[in-house]
Amino acid sequence: MVKKVKLHDLCCANCAAKIEDKISKLDGVESVTVNFLTEKMIMNADESKMEDILSRIEKIVHKIEPDVEIEYI
Amino acid sequence: MKKDIAFIVSGAVLFIAAMFVPDSMNILKFILFLTAFIVSGAEVLINAVKGVVHGNVFNENTLMVVAAIGAFFIKEYPEAVFVVLFYRVGELFENYAVRKSRKSISDVMNICPEYANLVKDGSTQRVEPDEVNIGDIISVAAGEKIPLDGVVVSGSSFVDTSALTGESVPREVKENDEILSGCINKNGVLTIKVTKSFDDSTVSRILELVETASAKKSKSEKFITKFAKYYTPTVLALALMLAVLPPLLIDGATFSDYIYRALSFLVVSCPCALVISVPLAFFGGIGGAAKQGILIKGGTYLEMLASADKVVFDKTGTLTKGVFAVKKINSVGISDGELLELAAYAENISSHPIAQSLRDAYKKQIDLTRISESEELAGHGVSAVIDGKKVLAGNSKLMEKANIPFNKEEENGTTVYIAVDNSFKGSIIISDEIKQDAESLIPALKKSGIAQAYMLTGDSKESARSVASRLKIDTVYSELLPGDKVSKLEKIMSHSKGKTVYVGDGINDAPVLARADVGVAMGALGSDAAIEAADIVIMNDEPSKLAMSIGIAKKTMNIAKENIIFSIAIKIIILILCSLNIVGIGVAVFGDVGVMVLAVLNSFRALNSIKEK
Repeated sequence: MVKKVKLHDLCCANCAAKIEDKISKLDGVESVTVNFLTEKMIMNADESKMEDILSRIEKIVHKIEPDVEIEYI
Repeated sequence: MKKDIAFIVSGAVLFIAAMFVPDSMNILKFILFLTAFIVSGAEVLINAVKGVVHGNVFNENTLMVVAAIGAFFIKEYPEAVFVVLFYRVGELFENYAVRKSRKSISDVMNICPEYANLVKDGSTQRVEPDEVNIGDIISVAAGEKIPLDGVVVSGSSFVDTSALTGESVPREVKENDEILSGCINKNGVLTIKVTKSFDDSTVSRILELVETASAKKSKSEKFITKFAKYYTPTVLALALMLAVLPPLLIDGATFSDYIYRALSFLVVSCPCALVISVPLAFFGGIGGAAKQGILIKGGTYLEMLASADKVVFDKTGTLTKGVFAVKKINSVGISDGELLELAAYAENISSHPIAQSLRDAYKKQIDLTRISESEELAGHGVSAVIDGKKVLAGNSKLMEKANIPFNKEEENGTTVYIAVDNSFKGSIIISDEIKQDAESLIPALKKSGIAQAYMLTGDSKESARSVASRLKIDTVYSELLPGDKVSKLEKIMSHSKGKTVYVGDGINDAPVLARADVGVAMGALGSDAAIEAADIVIMNDEPSKLAMSIGIAKKTMNIAKENIIFSIAIKIIILILCSLNIVGIGVAVFGDVGVMVLAVLNSFRALNSIKEK
């Protein structure tokens, strides 16, 4: 299942790369890209684990960039 | 942003004032430096604390704060202020540059319609485009975007397709014409019957494609991300060693001196300039291409396109217009009209352009009750039962396969041979026109590093040869079945050191597009299959866009390489100079934000690569 997430105010390219790296290692995530310029994350992940994955993502994002606002689209 | 500027300016004023205070008034001097530091550095400090609270200790802000506070402690006040001040200025530039590139990208993407005017029971209602169903009627006034793909039911107008194709000449549409979402209606009111849901409409598909483009990362993007991952910890470890080891091991070396040098290392250790430089270049290239109606599905394809040395073309619809017209009818034993009728009926099931041209020439409505059986024979033609008689229509191979003696046609063009109940009844010659801008394409490609140009076609040798010699194509493979195209391509690729590009119309050559290193679909506007199968999609049908794409790819790669070499080299040079104390912390800050700003500015060139031409 493909999930798209908008990360508002993503302000550092390296942080985007770090977020991508951390999320890609989560259990159930097949592939993920965080595009610094469009501020979008596109993730392909196991649907049954989605809820758990999303809550982990929120933690990861806020740890690396506290000011980012997450919007599910 | 204005707030940032205010802080920076007041910080700078205080800083300059402090510099002018004579050393004898050292308390005033210190207070001015401290205020300048707090004014310009407060936000960096707050962000650093936030980062640490969230457990993210080694972020850019903490590195800067540690460096600045460290400088304060070893009494290098001007340096301390300079670090935060220059860092803020750099951030400001960076934000501006990033915002600007985001804006240029979103301008390219600004094709998404916000609403649709749904016509129901005689009244018009404004609804979200995704609420409209297939078969619904919508109306589009002048100046509005076409929200969904459909067919014009009434009205005529000119539509601006530039957002999709990069073409500035408006296209005329009238009743019964197909119309695509994302175009802008220029004058008349159009009533449209919707043929595709919003999600399947052209505009949604294009947006989806460009947005996901970043998923296909190029080698250089992967390299720089990996490099950055090791870069920061390595520099931090070196900084620690630099602060501690020399004072312990070398006579006369002081801690304050080496801590100062180590602090400079901290400033340079930030990897952002590296990480942003390459993707930004690619994003610029992809965005710049999108403006021209060229959709590139990922940085990796730009990379491969730039290193391509062979291009393989499909003929029909790619190099030629694919608009066929009946040129000559040679009937045997029946009238020309009867022969054309048989051909049009037989080819009724086929969507091939040749079949279309036969139907166009026949002009009359096809009476389906007369056709009892029909079957397409890939690479040969069609077989159908019309009025109870078995009709074969196709190329010479079809006649040979059925053992029907026939008069071979030598004329330039595509020949359809027709047989009824295994007896030859004549042939129809259909010719296609070479696209105007194809003439100069091969010489242009040769200039940009393509060594060999090939053409694959299912057409006869004669018609293929004549097209190839006019276009200066090196090698031609003709009379191919659809399946042969893949094996021919594989053969070409196996002899190839560089990458091989295949250019087709995407309608019946999806496997070939997929097999090539880079598959380019042309004239893809409105063809879902082509958009799906290709790596690069040229929205209109100008082959010259291929040369443009290669130009953009090469330029983007150059910029990406410049950014990589430039940012790594400057950082390493600054690290060496800092460790020898030849330059101070001020230059080190340049090694962070300055490099980043320059990389960002350099990347802009990729986005604007077309304007310069």
